[in-house]
Amino acid sequence: MLDVKKIRQDFPIYQANEDLVYLDTAASSLKPKKVIDTVDYYYSNLGVNVHRGVYGLSYEATDLYEAARHTVARFLNAKFEEIVFTRGTTSSLNLVASSYQNKLKSGDEIITSELEHHSSVLPWMQVSKHTGATLKYVELDHEGRITVDAFKKVLSDKTKVVALTYVSNVMGYITPIKEIIDLAHQKGAIVVVDAAQAAPHLKIDVTALNADFLAFSGHKICGPTGIGVLYGKRHLLNSMEPVEFGGDMNVTVDKFDATWKDAPYRFEAGTPIISGAIGLAKAIDYITEIGFEQIHDHVSALHDYAIKQLKEISGIEIYNQSAETGIITFNVTGVHPHDAASIFDQNKICIRAGHHCAQLITKWLKQIATLRATFYIYNDKSDVDKFIDSVKETVRFFGAF
Amino acid sequence: MGNLEQLYRQVIMDHYKNPANKGLVTDPTYFTVHMHNPSCGDDMTVQLKEENGIIKDIKHQGTGCSICCSSASVMSLTLMNQTKEDALNKIHAYYHMLTNEPYDQKVLFGDALAYHGVAQFPARIKCATLAWKAIEQALISNKED
Repeated sequence: MLDVKKIRQDFPIYQANEDLVYLDTAASSLKPKKVIDTVDYYYSNLGVNVHRGVYGLSYEATDLYEAARHTVARFLNAKFEEIVFTRGTTSSLNLVASSYQNKLKSGDEIITSELEHHSSVLPWMQVSKHTGATLKYVELDHEGRITVDAFKKVLSDKTKVVALTYVSNVMGYITPIKEIIDLAHQKGAIVVVDAAQAAPHLKIDVTALNADFLAFSGHKICGPTGIGVLYGKRHLLNSMEPVEFGGDMNVTVDKFDATWKDAPYRFEAGTPIISGAIGLAKAIDYITEIGFEQIHDHVSALHDYAIKQLKEISGIEIYNQSAETGIITFNVTGVHPHDAASIFDQNKICIRAGHHCAQLITKWLKQIATLRATFYIYNDKSDVDKFIDSVKETVRFFGAF
Repeated sequence: MGNLEQLYRQVIMDHYKNPANKGLVTDPTYFTVHMHNPSCGDDMTVQLKEENGIIKDIKHQGTGCSICCSSASVMSLTLMNQTKEDALNKIHAYYHMLTNEPYDQKVLFGDALAYHGVAQFPARIKCATLAWKAIEQALISNKED
């Protein structure tokens, strides 16, 4: 287990909220002081634009911004020019879909799944509507997992795009994405990986995966909000039309024509998210220093500890007992998740209630909504105990009426 | 647990388990409004029958948490047989109560007062108002011929 007491000293929020039980990292992680200070450093000491100014401050801002790209590239085992900074996973996935819209036609097929977050499925649903390409869903197994066998059944010579999640934000399952990518490539399809929930928990190696595109957000891995990453293979990025046009993304501009820079810059029109990018780099340094193996072991231990106790409570339904990451999705039988959530709220336990921007899997589970608790590096067994107490209290409280 | 006890007083759970005026009708003289809260999935349909500016009947049908579903029942009883103007005043008083603003207790009384505890759970205000927003829209939109 990690030394949670020591880790919490890195997170200022615990100073102001000593009794905070934060179990909603899948929505957004807490932010360590190092990241906050880095963002603050940019605004306090630099605060100027990048790539433009011919003065010292702008050089330093540019250096930090581009150094952040190097950090992300190393983090994913990608090349520097394959890293596009975006507003978040949603922007990254929309960027790919928007740009691929004019590469697809009626009769082509796009494979996705009911496990997807809305940001992974909706952009392709729109592409499908505009191009006539067919949206196909991988049939989930009895636990709600994407399997290689089920993927093979929907893969065809017509498959052009595969858009799947690496780790489900509701079920916490890890998709066998490497095998899926290999199979998709045999058909000449590209694979777009939603790694928003994978990035905080798994060491991602885009080169080993051979992923074509992969997206994640800064704020789920202890970084700032409003910054995210799109990784794309260089030749693919450079074959794509930009989706936003403006400053800093062009080479020459004439009255009736213009040309675009190579990736990543063709996708970064306008002033980029400078403070976010350098804050994200600091967050990556922070969690890399803790180590993914340690993070995984810690989170798994908390997950197993919680599941063991939950299973002993009668009157609750757990939907993903076998999840490999720190996500537990459940309901108190007969109690609407929003009623249950108020008990947790009253006890200062932050969990999520709703459909988690993933209505398809909520419907697959035949629920209106679910409760979700997620664990990360700053959680300890005492958090789990308080969580379990509130689950019991919820069962008792609503059982009494 | 004090606040929660207050919020979920028996009256709310009673209306949740035994709602009044639940179930829709196919009568075209009723004006129907459907409202949905996409963030939590609460879904509510209300039907309004007015005659000469007086509310003659209210029906509701929805899915959601106990606060949402029970408040539809309470809303229907609170507004039944009221004039449009009185009903709108009661609706606004209800909104004020939920946000801890002053409201006239001569205007709003009865089971609706059980929901004052919602003010302490801001995340639940949208649950407690969905049916009321729906009937408010019905009252504003419904033009009697």
